[in-house]
Amino acid sequence: MSKIADGLLYSESHEWVKVDGNVAIIGVSDFAQAEMGDITYVELPDVDDDVTAGEDFGALESVKTSSELIAPVSGKVVARNDALEDQPELINEDAYAAWIIKVEMSDESELDALLNAADYAKTIE
Amino acid sequence: MENLLKKTCLHDLHVELGAKMSPFAGYDMPILYSSIIDEHNAVRQAAGVFDVSHMGEIFVSGPQAEAFVSHVFTNDVRGMEPGRILYGMMLYPDGGTVDDLLVYKETEADHYLLVVNAANIATDYAWLLEQAEGFDVKVDNRSDDWGQIAVQGPEAEKFVCGTLGFPEAAALGFYTFCDCCRDGKRVIVSRTGYTGEDGFEIYAAPGQVRAYWQALLDAGVKPCGLGCRDTLRFEAGLPLYGDELTAEISPVMAGLGMFCKLDKPEFVGKDALVAQKAEGVARKLVGIELSDNAVPRAGYPVELEDGLPVGVVTTGYHSITLDKSICFAMVDSAYAALGTPLWIRIRKRVFPGVVVKKRFYQTKYKK
Repeated sequence: MSKIADGLLYSESHEWVKVDGNVAIIGVSDFAQAEMGDITYVELPDVDDDVTAGEDFGALESVKTSSELIAPVSGKVVARNDALEDQPELINEDAYAAWIIKVEMSDESELDALLNAADYAKTIE
Repeated sequence: MENLLKKTCLHDLHVELGAKMSPFAGYDMPILYSSIIDEHNAVRQAAGVFDVSHMGEIFVSGPQAEAFVSHVFTNDVRGMEPGRILYGMMLYPDGGTVDDLLVYKETEADHYLLVVNAANIATDYAWLLEQAEGFDVKVDNRSDDWGQIAVQGPEAEKFVCGTLGFPEAAALGFYTFCDCCRDGKRVIVSRTGYTGEDGFEIYAAPGQVRAYWQALLDAGVKPCGLGCRDTLRFEAGLPLYGDELTAEISPVMAGLGMFCKLDKPEFVGKDALVAQKAEGVARKLVGIELSDNAVPRAGYPVELEDGLPVGVVTTGYHSITLDKSICFAMVDSAYAALGTPLWIRIRKRVFPGVVVKKRFYQTKYKK
């Protein structure tokens, strides 16, 4: 059974968002990492890149599959977790600690389209 | 849908172990039990056991068995000693590949065992029956009667000889087998595999296969799924039918010409291969090593620096043993020479690579 952290918002494509003022901290859910298996590579955007809600901003690679990372919100990348370049397995170890990027949101109303923990849990039942 | 999938004789044990199951070649097969990386490393460093009961066993016998097998098989079975095994292909007349397979020369005169890919059992059997017309032979598809496990890795011999009680396996050289009898039933133990390591493949009745599987697990051999079977065979430079060999890809294109004996008087597809050798082929299978860790996957385009497409990836991974991104790709022959720079398009970006030998990993077979 995969863990779902309370207090986060989720996309149907299994990204999570932690809201910190006007910054969205973005990662992938425990369900996503478990589905992928051992993650071997994380393709990250650069700081200052613009991301658009619903469009891919990078990718995860496991031994067997690759999976695009879909931006849950739009905005500018203000930080990326460079530790994932050398240690992509951090996502497997704790998907909620291993954030991937931080985005300065351009439209906070996009958060309204995301799911809370309880509703996300229903999508992966 | 799931109900239409066939199950091997070990299926319930995989489910019990919590394996991640997925359809493969019409069977519901274990992809991994714990982690592809852990299972892969167990085979490289110690030993692992695979359920390969989905593979096909087709027996050929009769006064003209040698002539018939020689007719349909690219390698040279003429005068083959009993207990020997040859790898090769069956071809269509145009040189396209029907399947790649192992041929076992049995002790009994005029008897051969053909071990074929699960996905191709029906095709192969129909092909063999069609080709058998005019030959005094019997072609017998016994795939459903035989289970099979592969015990692979540097410690495989210890477990096959000791845990499973086949001391005779120690004397086997690579690509030879022995016929054993256990509980009145035939068991075939061969020193073969699909991992690049030393190891054995054991063919037996389903009940015995279940007992061997359990004994190996109890002895600490790691159960390994099809996930690492693919990463292991790929690193060792071994083709997978459907990816590197197809009805459109001949062994010459795949770089497997050494298994096609063109000095044989005839075999199906020989003329096409002779022409391909003489005139050259349009595309060839190559190995490509990337300088980045991005992972090339089957279907990704291979390009020149200016973006001109010259090929396509057939299998690719971030190699677990070598810790670098590598792939097989079918490319225009003009760009197949070792050292040729090629680029691979991975999602929105293009990554530089170079043509290298397909045997990425130095295999460790027992000679």
